[in-house]
Amino acid sequence: MITYIIRRLIGAVIMLVIVSIVTFAIFFLVPRLVGATPESMASRYAGRTATAETQHLIAQRLGFYDPMPVQYGRFVKGLVVGAEYDTGTSVEKCPAPCFGYSYLTQQPVWPDLVDRSRVTFSLGVGAAVIWVIAGVATGVISALRRRSFFDRAAMGIALAGVSMPVFFTGMISLVFFSYYLGWTVPGGTYVDFTVDPFQWAYSLILPWVTLAFLFAAGYARLTRAGMLETMNEDYIRTARAKGLPERTVVVKHGLRAALTPIVTIFGLDFGLLLGGAVLTESTFSLNGLGKYAIEAIVSNDLPKVMGVTLLTAVFVVIANLIVDLLYAVVDPRVRLA
Amino acid sequence: MSANDTMPHLAVRDLSIHFPTDDGLVRAVDGLSFGLERGKTLGIVGESGSGKSVTSLGILGLHSGGNARLSGEIWLDGDELISAPPEAVRRLRGKKMAMIFQDPLSAMHPYYSVGKQIIEAYRIHNDVSKAAARRHAIDMLGRVGIPQPDRRVDDYPHQFSGGMRQRAMIAMALSCDPELLIADEPTTALDVTVQAQILDLMRDLQREFNSALIIITHDLGVVAELADDILVMYGGKCVEYGAAEDIFLTPEHPYTWGLLSSVPRLDREPTERLKPIKGAPPSLINIPSGCAFHPRCPYAAESGERAKEEVPPLAETATGGHLVRCHLSRARRREIWENDVKPILETT
Ligand SMILES: Nc1ncnc2c1ncn2[C@@H]1O[C@H](COP(=O)(O)OP(=O)(O)OP(=O)(O)O)[C@@H](O)[C@H]1O
Ligand code: SF4
Ligand SMILES: [Mg+2]
Repeated sequence: MITYIIRRLIGAVIMLVIVSIVTFAIFFLVPRLVGATPESMASRYAGRTATAETQHLIAQRLGFYDPMPVQYGRFVKGLVVGAEYDTGTSVEKCPAPCFGYSYLTQQPVWPDLVDRSRVTFSLGVGAAVIWVIAGVATGVISALRRRSFFDRAAMGIALAGVSMPVFFTGMISLVFFSYYLGWTVPGGTYVDFTVDPFQWAYSLILPWVTLAFLFAAGYARLTRAGMLETMNEDYIRTARAKGLPERTVVVKHGLRAALTPIVTIFGLDFGLLLGGAVLTESTFSLNGLGKYAIEAIVSNDLPKVMGVTLLTAVFVVIANLIVDLLYAVVDPRVRLA
Repeated sequence: MSANDTMPHLAVRDLSIHFPTDDGLVRAVDGLSFGLERGKTLGIVGESGSGKSVTSLGILGLHSGGNARLSGEIWLDGDELISAPPEAVRRLRGKKMAMIFQDPLSAMHPYYSVGKQIIEAYRIHNDVSKAAARRHAIDMLGRVGIPQPDRRVDDYPHQFSGGMRQRAMIAMALSCDPELLIADEPTTALDVTVQAQILDLMRDLQREFNSALIIITHDLGVVAELADDILVMYGGKCVEYGAAEDIFLTPEHPYTWGLLSSVPRLDREPTERLKPIKGAPPSLINIPSGCAFHPRCPYAAESGERAKEEVPPLAETATGGHLVRCHLSRARRREIWENDVKPILETT
């Protein structure tokens, strides 16, 4: 078990290193390879009106003339221990983890990212809870009542759920629940959990359900397929032969064994979701990471884009690590291998 | 209940289990009757697909699919199981009647430790603490011959060897001291040397627990030393049923003769050891008319068209309690056995 955990942790660290290299390459190395000069890269910080001299000066301050490995070292150092920028008039401290400065606001990116992450996390965690419970429960019932009305209806809806884009279902539910029925608030009224947990949930319920619907559909199908398979296993017959009540047989023996692929997919989905609930956030005007990324791309604010990219990648790596550890909890054959 | 006095502990009467399928009605079990007392062993023998497993699952109420059609009676200790509500049968399962399956690896849950699975079986029927159930599980593992049971109790099935797993399955099945234990091909998935150990263990434990034991097998050799009675199944029907010594010393059905000559014997050359019965077992959807064995029977011609048209009744032979389903006369069957079959079995 310990060696398994250590192996996974080392794997995660290696992944993080690779992520940092790839990100660095995309934002600093590739532009140079395709023709950008240190001056042209520095010009983004200096603004369009800057003279060639200013550009040169900034490029020097930001170290764009240094060899690439040195630049990468500084980049990683910034992430780990923070960095200092000499703006010419003063020395700005960018505390760790330093994701760089915004071109536009001249502010460090990291605090913004943290701020936006709260929204995205709230959105993601709430939606995940709903979609896992709803999806798995639907899948189990569908599998047990195979070919029943419930099964057909649920799988029909699931098919629709998988193929309907979030902005479509989101718009419909906004119009219906918020404008016509007035049950929920319209978009753009996020209240932080620390301010008022009830308002927090109330402000998020519609995006939660909309996002959950998209994912729950897939989980229902996955769970159904898994349950149909495991409920035919010999050990299910053994469980019945012991005289266990059917509910115990289904949940403790059947669902338990069908859980592994669900855990896998969940890790991937959740990691990706945190990085990019773009459509949901736009639809419901939530100031999360997804919207942040869009704004950054539209305004060409590369440090912000890089920040979101890096953070998203880190989320995915961490989610994968958690999945690997969950595997060991779920399947003793992994743990003891 | 007055019938109780004369009825054996387990009494199966005219049991039929049919499955309607898209291809037609599968008559997996057709008109089966037998009885078994506590402390006695019945061997049910037949080729693959003869309905042995369906019979045993039917007794436990585990016949798969809600579409199975059951008829007849199954009496266990004075309770009729076919007409009983499923919930009542569920409560008996594991407690009064338990089952051991062919492949212990797939029959145990891969995600729970062996001990947990035994504890679960015990606690569902006994209101005891977890600690007490654990002690019981360790005790049971020790009794089925697992070394260091207090350590192995926390192991997972994949950490056990095949023989150990089957021992653990037996411990699980016996954990509630059942009156009836059904073992469906308990040794088929095991090495030959381990097979003998498991059979010995089952015989010892049966004496200890005084349960009625049904051993299902396609190999008469497996039940030769264990069974008190033997029931031979063919195409979902009983074709011969009687005391074990009758079946081994004076078998009277041509199918049983075939089974006897296909018993693997270690003292012969591998090429000679097995003489499988010619032809394939029948489809249970289209069971041959008349005597179901007639397409494969070397003596079918002797009873002419009757073999194809008339289902032979299960009739008693000269020795009491020995039933045979065949059109040949008793005298003729005796003659064939003594002159044609027995000498060949003994010499080759
Ligand atoms: N739920 C079901 N629906 C349809 N047919 C079934 C069902 N269960 C069993 N059968 C059929 O009943 C027949 C008898 O099966 P059974 O498993 O009892 O044979 P068996 O004697 O145990 O053979 P084996 O030695 O292979 O285990 C098989 O042909 C099987 O296909
Ligand atoms: S009835 Fe005829 S065909 Fe059937 S077993 Fe007897 S001899 Fe063979
Ligand atoms: Mg079988």
